[in-house]
Amino acid sequence: MWQALRAELRPQGVEVVTVALDTGGAEAAGRWIDAAQPEHPSLIDAEHRLDALLGVVNVPTGVWVDEDGVLVRPPEVAHPGTSVLRDMLAEHGMPADSPQVLKDQVAAMAGIEIHPERYAAALRDWAAHGAASRFALSPDEVVARSRPRPPELSQAAAHFEIGAYLHTHGEPGAARHHFREAHRLDPANWTYKRQAWSFEDPFQGPTEHYDSDWVSEVRSRGPETYYPPPDL
Amino acid sequence: MLIAGTDVVEAADLATRTGWELKPEGLCKADRCVPLPAEARGDEGVPAGVLAERLGMALVAAPEHDLLALGPEAGGHALLDARLPDLELPDRHGRPFSLRSLRGTRFVMVAWASW
Repeated sequence: MWQALRAELRPQGVEVVTVALDTGGAEAAGRWIDAAQPEHPSLIDAEHRLDALLGVVNVPTGVWVDEDGVLVRPPEVAHPGTSVLRDMLAEHGMPADSPQVLKDQVAAMAGIEIHPERYAAALRDWAAHGAASRFALSPDEVVARSRPRPPELSQAAAHFEIGAYLHTHGEPGAARHHFREAHRLDPANWTYKRQAWSFEDPFQGPTEHYDSDWVSEVRSRGPETYYPPPDL
Repeated sequence: MLIAGTDVVEAADLATRTGWELKPEGLCKADRCVPLPAEARGDEGVPAGVLAERLGMALVAAPEHDLLALGPEAGGHALLDARLPDLELPDRHGRPFSLRSLRGTRFVMVAWASW
């Protein structure tokens, strides 16, 4: 999805790096990468290190990094000028024989606002103007806009990491306990939830293992919490 | 960071996983250093409990699996400063890629997922 924008930005000196947050590693993310055949670095973060290091809480999330390795925008919702899924739905609609959970998801998705064109426009501005771009933030502003981290979020990260380790080492039951703790301690972290739900049901629908699922969570927490509007 | 089968964190692992480096003046990251008592510096590394207490990191145990995990430092923001932490991640073939290798080039890093 990022290839077209990358082709436009790279000649202006801006590279794209994609990172798959997938506990399943290459087994989970590899076929998507193979299909995309990216020319840019396309990496896999099986341990969700970006969650802990930067405060990433959902996907897609982007950060901008300058020539000196300094962030000039903190983690924020990042679409490359379009949303393939939404474009497909707009063009073709939802197949009538789709599972109900997918129909519910699409209905819930309609309440989630995204602004892919604004994000791409900001990136183009940064590519053209560099540090002079009004979208390039000072280091202090980047830190201030990054996610506050009270102690319970640190606990959540530790639980999630244990859960991910246990899941990949054949202990799914023990893993669920730690995933549930991560969800309880950091309820606003969608990556912790979506990753864990996906292990039970690829559609992230209701299961006996978790108190919530994608649709119920979007409804109860509010669609505006899923992808907060970008502060651009 | 995950700690399996021990309760001590090697200095090299600590630096790679958290950005905190063991220096003569203590534990340091970015412009910040936290004193570390001499008795907490062992040949094998630093006890996880000391790191948790000194750096404000959560320490979660799964004793039945002989696992510990240290959460990231708490009390402030997710970013202590605006410098991107050194991070090495594999590509889909397992080849490591260091984000440091992009120094001199601006980039947008985008997290996505297959789920």
